[in-house]
Amino acid sequence: MANAIEIRALHKSFGRTAALDGLDLTVRTGEVHAFLGPNGAGKTTTIRILLGLLKKDSGEASLLGGDPWHDAVSLHRALAYVPGDVTLWPGLTGGEIIDLLGRLRGGLDPKRAQALIERFALDPAKKARAYSRGNRQKVALIAALASDAELLLLDEPTSGLDPLMEATFRECINDERQAGRTVLLSSHILAEAEALSDRVTIIRDGRAVETGTLAQMRHLTRNLIAAELAAPVSLDDLAGVHDLDVTGDRVRCQVDRAALNDVLGRLTAAGVRSLECRPPTLEELFLRHYSPERSSAGVPE
Amino acid sequence: MTALAHREQAATALTGTGELARLAIRRDRIALPAAVYVIIALVAGTAYTFKKLYPTASGRAALAATGGGNAALRFLYGQVYGSSLGSLTTWRYGIWAAIFASLMTIFVVVRHTRTDEEAGRLELVGSTVVGRDAGLAAALLTAIAPSLTICVLLGLALPFVGLPVTGSVGLALAVACCALAYTGITAVAAQLTSSARSGRGIAIGVLGAAFVLRGIGDAAGASGPSWLSWASPLGWVELTRPFDAPRWWVLALPLATFALGVALAFALAARRDLGAGLLPDRPGRATASRLLSGPLGLAWRLERGTLLGWATGYAFTFAASGAAAKGVGQLFGTSSALQREFTRLGGQAAITNAYLAALMLLAGLVAAAYATATILRLRSDETGERAEPVLATATGRVRWALSYIAVAVIGAAALLAVAGLAAGLGYGLRVGQAGHEVAVLLGAAFAQLPAALALAAVTVLLFGWWPRAAVPGAWTVVGLAVLIELFGQVLQLSHWVLDISPFTHSPRLPGGTVAVAPLLWLGLAVLAFSVVGLAALRRRDIG
Repeated sequence: MANAIEIRALHKSFGRTAALDGLDLTVRTGEVHAFLGPNGAGKTTTIRILLGLLKKDSGEASLLGGDPWHDAVSLHRALAYVPGDVTLWPGLTGGEIIDLLGRLRGGLDPKRAQALIERFALDPAKKARAYSRGNRQKVALIAALASDAELLLLDEPTSGLDPLMEATFRECINDERQAGRTVLLSSHILAEAEALSDRVTIIRDGRAVETGTLAQMRHLTRNLIAAELAAPVSLDDLAGVHDLDVTGDRVRCQVDRAALNDVLGRLTAAGVRSLECRPPTLEELFLRHYSPERSSAGVPE
Repeated sequence: MTALAHREQAATALTGTGELARLAIRRDRIALPAAVYVIIALVAGTAYTFKKLYPTASGRAALAATGGGNAALRFLYGQVYGSSLGSLTTWRYGIWAAIFASLMTIFVVVRHTRTDEEAGRLELVGSTVVGRDAGLAAALLTAIAPSLTICVLLGLALPFVGLPVTGSVGLALAVACCALAYTGITAVAAQLTSSARSGRGIAIGVLGAAFVLRGIGDAAGASGPSWLSWASPLGWVELTRPFDAPRWWVLALPLATFALGVALAFALAARRDLGAGLLPDRPGRATASRLLSGPLGLAWRLERGTLLGWATGYAFTFAASGAAAKGVGQLFGTSSALQREFTRLGGQAAITNAYLAALMLLAGLVAAAYATATILRLRSDETGERAEPVLATATGRVRWALSYIAVAVIGAAALLAVAGLAAGLGYGLRVGQAGHEVAVLLGAAFAQLPAALALAAVTVLLFGWWPRAAVPGAWTVVGLAVLIELFGQVLQLSHWVLDISPFTHSPRLPGGTVAVAPLLWLGLAVLAFSVVGLAALRRRDIG
């Protein structure tokens, strides 16, 4: 099985709002795949369809070679899920919930659970009502990581964790990758995706707008150039130059890869005092895909 | 300068109380008027019924003598201080109206203090321009408003029925002051624990203890520890004696309780952190017990405390009500209209049987409400996103739903068993044949199970088929059944309407005959509704 998750032209509407509008998503077995998008882009809806909680309107979705709706129970033995907004039973302790979720999934390794509890510094004897948001998230994470699931579905798993615990989380995900598990990590935290993922899918308004490795995506995007020159230069007439800002002898612009050579030629002709030329960060990629003029209002999840 | 001015404006601890109280009253705009209406209708309706049933002074004197002479009835309703219409109304529904009004304030105060705090809503509100004490003050106002409304409307309604004005005002004040006393008590209880559920439990526990204390005091009579009634806020209601040489000063006791409770609650709130309780949260188990390993174990774990509470209530109520059955015939025997009716029915034995059958019907109706509430937990788990983590494991939807349904069915059966056992013991011990009566009443209680489950099955059907309507729909169905059973005969509704309620098809035991066919039909309906509901659940979206 080459692909753990295969989604083609998936549609799902709630009343008149289309949450998913022809989504495509492929997660290869053994990879950590980041699923990026702003709030309301359709990430949680996608995960709920993969879990068989929601029924798709049309399109194809397969999970570990099975149908997420019809084979839900048997597929769930092989996956573990961490919801974005972890709600626990207030009267149960964290330790009880970890054990319970593990048993509901078909068993968990108590030693591994214990090790994770120590690693995440969780007090398992506390009632869930006394946990902060981050601690509730730890409970769900530990329960998922302590299972021997082939596939982890993590919906914004670090949104409540502090930086220290986020680092622990990253270590854990890297361990999972080593162990050959597949991870689908939905997030709007770009640094997390950048640090963890093998491949990225960016989703906007229920549709995948870009997918690939980060290297491939930089390939498709512009470079950022900032230069201090000996003499003023004119770049207006060049195709592939965007967001040009010339102040005296300083130049800032974004340049398509095809135009890079021409732009550098003009700059060196004018005399370069300092030059910065770098691929965009994921944040900048994000801004490009979700900048207000490019995206309409988000669809509520 | 303006920033400073703003800061000075925000300086009082009660800033924002008005807005918060308006929000709270808006959130309760359906429940509060409904509660007020029910309480007033109960008391005024009783006064009206007594007026029609006991038009003569001698008839009322006989009722007062029987009611006051029966220890079990005194335990249930309190002392009889006179034989006027007002005295009898106070006896029959004074304490009970106070219980309902107090329950109303308990739910209101906890809902707008600890529940909001636990849900994190208070934190959000507290970050706005709202004083430290505004939340608690708003909750108190939200509880005081309906209490005062009850006081005014009851004081107006009772003279309209024909009761003396002074006494009517006295009874209205006594009921409202008791509700205020529990407003104060609940305000304290909500400070003690970090969980809304335990806070509510403490307040209801205090109410239950008050009922038992004055019950013992009243039942004991002059020779026994009658002072116990003075130790109970519910006792103060009857001790005010509104229609028989009123003791107005007794009203100072609940008002002082209210004032002390409110002062203590504000003091406690100032000494604790947001979200924390004064009673320490005990650490629990670090690992799950063997029992907590599947959806059924989880449902049992979550529901067992609630079931225990219901069962305790059942045990007390039905033991006392069963004990009151002896001599219940004389209670109605002197009203000539009733006498004719009961003679037609078969005399004293038939009256006792009719009374016990009515008790068992009540047990069945309340068990149906319990089962409905338990099955609706499925819906609240779904909307509260607690269902999601369970359904994301190797637990199918039907198995998940069946876990709560199983608890509802077993719980309803257990409650009916407690009702039959307690009523059988209560009545049987007094007539000297406990074994026989327990067997008879256990059978009578279990005969109500199919009808109770039929209402629960409607809830399953709604939850599967039309989840958005599950909560209001299920309670409407239960409410309809209650109305039909309690008032259907009196209102002389057509049998088409009466037949809607499954309890119309239950045997009236003891005394009646058992027809198997309607029970089979009920069983089939339970099965059909459940299967259709669960099938629909498998096909729909969750959440």
